[in-house]
This record gives sequence, C-alpha cells and structure tokens, in this order.
Amino acid sequence: MNPRGAKLWAIQRITAAFLGLAVMVHLLTIMLAVRGGLSAAEILGRTRGAELWFGFYVLFALCAGLHGAIGLRNIAGEWLGLRGRGLDALWLGIGLVTAGFGMRAAWGLYHG
Amino acid sequence: MADLKIRIWRGDETGGAMADFSVPARENQTILDVVTQIQREQAPDLAYRFACRVGMCGSCAMEVNGRARWTCRTHVKRVAGPGEVVEIRPLANLPVIRDLATDMAPFFDKWAKAQGSFQPKDAPDGSVPAEFSVVPPNSKQRMEADAGIECIGCGVCYASCDIVAWNPDYLGPAAMNRAWTLVNDVRDGANPQRLDAVSGDAGCHSCHSTQSCTERCPKNLDPSSAIAGLKRKLFWDSLLGRR
Amino acid sequence: MAEPLVFARKPPAARSPGDRRHPTYVAFVIHRISGLLLALFLPLHFWALGQALQGEAVLEGFLRWTDNPLFKFAEWGLVVLLALHLAGGLRVMALEFLGWRAGQKDMVAATAGIAVAAAILFLLNVG
Repeated sequence: MNPRGAKLWAIQRITAAFLGLAVMVHLLTIMLAVRGGLSAAEILGRTRGAELWFGFYVLFALCAGLHGAIGLRNIAGEWLGLRGRGLDALWLGIGLVTAGFGMRAAWGLYHG
Repeated sequence: MADLKIRIWRGDETGGAMADFSVPARENQTILDVVTQIQREQAPDLAYRFACRVGMCGSCAMEVNGRARWTCRTHVKRVAGPGEVVEIRPLANLPVIRDLATDMAPFFDKWAKAQGSFQPKDAPDGSVPAEFSVVPPNSKQRMEADAGIECIGCGVCYASCDIVAWNPDYLGPAAMNRAWTLVNDVRDGANPQRLDAVSGDAGCHSCHSTQSCTERCPKNLDPSSAIAGLKRKLFWDSLLGRR
Repeated sequence: MAEPLVFARKPPAARSPGDRRHPTYVAFVIHRISGLLLALFLPLHFWALGQALQGEAVLEGFLRWTDNPLFKFAEWGLVVLLALHLAGGLRVMALEFLGWRAGQKDMVAATAGIAVAAAILFLLNVG
C-alpha cells in the first residue's frame, strides 16, 4: 500500500535538492552575464552549441515544473479543499506542460 | 483589587455567543480558578472539564486569548494585564459538546489510526518471548523514544495545528509523536503497518514544520521533530528498499 | 443504548482567530506565499522566454523592452522571492533530513539573513 501524497512528497524534496543548487548557478551566471549590459548577439554567441548547459536547463525545467505543481497541489488541497486522485493527475500534467515550455525555451537558447 | 473581566463561549453545536462575567481578582489565580468561580457562583450550568488541577491529567485545556493552554497552569497575570479582558473558548479543531467542553473522541481515534498501541514482538515460533529485551538507556533509539514519551494527551498541540484545521483526516502531532516513540521501541513488532499508517496526506507528509505543536506543548515536547523523524525513516527505508 | 453524538459544523463564534506569531510560523507563511507566487510566475517566465528565443532579432527586441525600470523592479522582486523560498526550503530540509532540533529560531533568523543578503547582492549588480 502506498498512501496518496507520500511519493509526491519525495519527488518534491528530491527536486528541491537539485533546485537549491541550480537556482544558485542560474542566478550567478545571470549576475556575471548582465555586467556591462546584454545584447542578443552576445548571449546567443555564448550559448549556441553548449550541450552541457542545455542538459542542465532541461533538467532544471523538469524539476522546477514538478516542484511548483506539487506545491500548488498542496495549497489547493489545504486552502481550497480541492483534493483527489484525479486532481493529482491534473497537477502532475500541469507540471509537465510547464516543464515542456521551459525545455522549449532552452532549445531556443542553445540550438535555435 | 478591581474585578477581572472575563468573556466565555456559551453554546453547543447548534450555536451560541460570548457571555461576559466579572470575577473578584485575587493575588494568585489561575484561569481554571476563574472558570470554577463562575460555575459555582454565577452560572451553575456552565460546562467545562478538569480533574487534577495540578498539570498531571491533561483534561482542562481551553483556548485562552486565542492560544490553547492548560487552564490549571495558566495564571491570569500571564495572559492579561490590569483591566484587560480574558477570552476563554473551547479547544479548536474538536467538536464542541457544550460551552468549554469539547468531544475528544476524534483526537483519540487518530491515536488508534496511527497504531499508537504497543505490539510486542513474538518469539520466532510465535510464542511470547522467554527473554526480556535489553534496551540500553543511552542508545540512540531509546533516547528518541524518551524525548516524546511524556505526552499525556491533553490535545493542546492538536488544537494549535493548522494542518488539522485544513485537513480533517490529518492525524495530528500527538498521534504521530506517539507513533515515533513506538517506531523507536526495539521491542515493538508492528512497525511496517505503523509506518504505512502515518504515511501520506493524512500523515507525516502533510506537516509543514510550522512547529505550532512544539511551540505550545505544555510539557515542552517536540512533536514536530517526531513527525520529521517519521518522514526521514519512511524516505530512506523506501529508497533503500527496506519496506 | 445511547445514541452516538452527531455534531453539526462548529459554530464559528466558538473559534478565535488564534495566536500564530511564533517565528517558525512566520517562516512557513513566507515560504508558502513566495512559493505560490513563484509557481504562478514560472509558466509565464518559460513561455515568454520561449517566444523571445525564436531568433536573434526577436530576442534583441525583447531585451530592449525589458530595459524599462518597471521590469527591473519586477526582476528584483523575483530574485527576493527566490532567495526567501530557497532559505525557507533549507530550513525545512534541515529539520526533515538532518533532524535538527535545537537552535530552530536561530535557523529562521539565519535563513532570513541569507535571503536578504542575496537580494542586496543582486541589487548591487543590476543597479
């Protein structure tokens, strides 16, 4: 038997551990990049073909999408009384679609 | 000394209202003394609950100025300055029977749901073990159990917990504190079922570490850490395939 | 045999607003509200970036559009939210996975400090 919520809790904590590091890396690279202003050519010149960074951002988007959706699921259950297996599946779907948008953005930055 | 201004909830499950009382102030006076004075001298039909009057039985807990407390161990001076009104209400998160008396049944039903009773391990052949278990007092598990074992079931933590208010199925701090003491009891044989019972949305995974239970426990226990212990054990046991 | 007690919904007046002023409760509220705002912002962030990254000319236009002060302010708010949520998350994970008991109030203070420091650092860089 696996009570509802236990697996989602574990996913949220595992993604949190990755996001904790990823957010710091993300903010630090932005801070370094914006020194002296941004231009499109400069950004794309740096990012295109950087496969490792592309992989990092794909994983980042997946974790952020899932982490946020599980959080919204908990808030909806506790503050609005919206609970149930069907809703859990819906939230998971929303998380994956969100992650998909993030991956699309990463593709545009590194390959587009 | 000026009289104390007291407001008390009067009513049952169908409704009611706050009622004002005036009680002679004394040098040393607990909230329970005040409620008893009102019942004996002013409102003989006032319903409330108490037994020992000295902080041992855990039956006199009420909401005093928005905070769950043992009324027998709360001096009036601690909750209200001179001239300030003291508001007394029944414990939150429990059905009101009448006035200040709540029905504690849902609270104790959840102890049973969390498998809060000791289940001794059988000997390998299924009989009662012949030997006593040896539990060194300074072993890690014994100390974890010790940290939560003094709970007397007063319901203060349960009434202070927002998760209980948000999810009526949530087991609550006291039941899971009890479960954690048994998870650390090496003589107990029912932990696989107990860990299932405290898992998920109705169990430890809904706790958000607001630590209201730990903050309010009149015995200075730490149910929030006990619940964190359950999460930790469930996480590693599941990940490493131990359950 | 006695009838079992059946209770209707509690009369609302029997309930007080309740006293929730302890630091760990405040830490929870900050963590939840910052998380809620970030989760609502995330799809917007991804979608807008995805649109902007259709090519160099579009991206350049998007970047010039984000140069206005209102956008800079919103960006700063976002970093503050991230820092607060990250700090609150470290508090929760330390309690859950490391079993910290003592010094919990100090931990709340320390996480708030980290959050503010990160925000100021960002402000200095962007400003």
